[in-house]
Amino acid sequence: MLKTLRQIASIGIVSEPAPQADESLRLRDGLQDHIRAVLGRALCIRHIDAGSCNGCELEIHALNNPLYNLEGLGIRFVASPRHADLLLVTGPVSKHMEVALRRTYEATPDPKLVVALGDCGCTGGIFGENYASHGRVSNVIPVDVAIPGCPPSPTRILQGILAALLRSPAPVSAAGG
Amino acid sequence: MPLRAWSALSKPQPGAPGLGALTVSEDQWQRVAQDLAAAGGRLVALWASGDPGTALSIQAAFVAGSEGLVLTLPIEDPDAPYPGIEGLFPAAARMQRAIADLSGVRSSDSDPRSWLRHAAWPASYRPLIDSTPPDLTAPALLDAYDFVRVEGDGVHEIAVGPVHAGTIEPGHFRFSVVGEKVLRLEERLGYVHKGIEQRFTQLPILDAHRLAARVSGDSAVAFAWAYCQALEGITDTQIPPRAAFLRALYLEIERIANHLGDLGALGNDAGFAFGLSQFSRLKEQLLRASHEALGQRYLMDAVVPGGTHRDLTRVGVPHLRRCLLEIDHEVLTLRAIYDEHEGVRDRFTGAGMVPPELAIRLGLTGLAGRASGQAFDLRADLPCEPYAQWSVTKIVRTEGDVAARVAVRFDELHESCRLIQHMLSTLPDGPHRAPVVVPAAGLTGIGLIEGWRGPVLVALEAGPNGTIRRCHPHDPSWQNWPVLEHAIIGNIVPDFPLINKSFNLSYSGHDL
Repeated sequence: MLKTLRQIASIGIVSEPAPQADESLRLRDGLQDHIRAVLGRALCIRHIDAGSCNGCELEIHALNNPLYNLEGLGIRFVASPRHADLLLVTGPVSKHMEVALRRTYEATPDPKLVVALGDCGCTGGIFGENYASHGRVSNVIPVDVAIPGCPPSPTRILQGILAALLRSPAPVSAAGG
Repeated sequence: MPLRAWSALSKPQPGAPGLGALTVSEDQWQRVAQDLAAAGGRLVALWASGDPGTALSIQAAFVAGSEGLVLTLPIEDPDAPYPGIEGLFPAAARMQRAIADLSGVRSSDSDPRSWLRHAAWPASYRPLIDSTPPDLTAPALLDAYDFVRVEGDGVHEIAVGPVHAGTIEPGHFRFSVVGEKVLRLEERLGYVHKGIEQRFTQLPILDAHRLAARVSGDSAVAFAWAYCQALEGITDTQIPPRAAFLRALYLEIERIANHLGDLGALGNDAGFAFGLSQFSRLKEQLLRASHEALGQRYLMDAVVPGGTHRDLTRVGVPHLRRCLLEIDHEVLTLRAIYDEHEGVRDRFTGAGMVPPELAIRLGLTGLAGRASGQAFDLRADLPCEPYAQWSVTKIVRTEGDVAARVAVRFDELHESCRLIQHMLSTLPDGPHRAPVVVPAAGLTGIGLIEGWRGPVLVALEAGPNGTIRRCHPHDPSWQNWPVLEHAIIGNIVPDFPLINKSFNLSYSGHDL
């Protein structure tokens, strides 16, 4: 126990400041104001691997390490789509995951946001479309923000998630006041 | 006929060192398999090759001691079953089912259920043989898979997946339980099958290392190296000494990064969140040092035909060395904390047991195998350059539980840190890449690399004009997934995530 406490004390707080949202990653507007009105800055994310090579998952794991301090930003990963505001989808969508992805999307309460993560989620990537793959995520469910990269770094992922959440400088409606 | 006699009949196999190639008849196929099994040989991979233009054959790679044998069994009648070998090598069962799904040839073994094919394409379509794709506009369907039912008083089923409650790859687990105790687990995989093997045949042979690196993202270096080793074997390419060192550096960084991630996640799954935050911090430090020294956090396209994509940056090297010294030192402290923590020790010890006898029988391989007394590591047994110049210490435990798989990770992490320090002080000068020519059509190369999870194999057959006729990537998860079903028996359901994590098998690398 003493060793554990000594380790915690000697390492201290390693968290770093969060990056700015990258508005260029946003594909469509509309829900952000509504979600922000309901949630403030709190955001629950459900990750779905719809056919990934597991490279993007490594960086999603990294995003949850203490340096990025995700929960300090009010963002956390949840275990059920029914608890989620945002779906973070990786991979080209394999045909075998199509039904599971659609069901997860339907199980997520409205209003919801969808972020496609990685080159495969954005375009189908190197796998493309074939007898077993639907390619990009937006071929199966509507996507709000697409974050390219193979895999995108945690900072890049965070910039995209923040872009989905935060209102753009020239918003579509006046709902947010 | 002893194994040595079969080896004497074989021809040298291009690619990884120590391999022989042998074309056999059906009768010989079974006899070689029997002799290999009797001599303690292990099945590394089993696949079918051939396309609409060429005859089909079944191929199998085995390793016994410090040599390997690649068998080819030509198939004369695709409608007649070839002799299955799952009685001798149980791991062959799912590989044979996958061959039936993708190439349409069946073995004589009993399980008729499809494995990688769910309802997404019709059984009549053979993705690796047929050139005309099926009707792709058909709506998505779920198929009914015939799980083995366990019956009796109080037995019930728990169905989990394909979507799991965390950042994990998709797969389905069907538990039959009494109370909390698991009587049986049956896995259903194939959810992330995305047509990788067919996709290989559409890419130029000098460029498809990029796809190999994405077979299983956590083993990008191992797969890309195995691919390049196969390609360099059939093009007679000698890679520069510096390139071999750099590849080994990448492979060991990949090993350390994955071990750090797993050690943290295992602490977390045992209810010790401190472990996750500490190890994930160390992993992030390593990824950043890697970014500085090698230009990438994850080494997706670092290994290329002929060598490596980049050389080391001058400024990054001292930083990388310092970072690894720190990690090695801090991991010692954390290991002492794990060892002394009664809660962690209680969850790790005795959980998910695979005794050495079971490991031998089922062919448990790689890291998990070494935790169950299977003292095999390609870096020591069939070393390619530069491992042939060093003596890599094989880390072996015999307890076969979660604690042993944790201990193997701790020791391997330390050994990899030692290797990297050694290679950075003896790094040869010179170029980091050699030119590679287009191979002649019909040549087959085999790459074999000890990735962090275990032996990774790539079989590469060249087509005409720089194309790929066939490429089969094999992840050691194929061997270890079925063993997980045994490891969980008699354990309680809440220990499954911990036991599963202690194997940390690839879904993508398996589903292809």
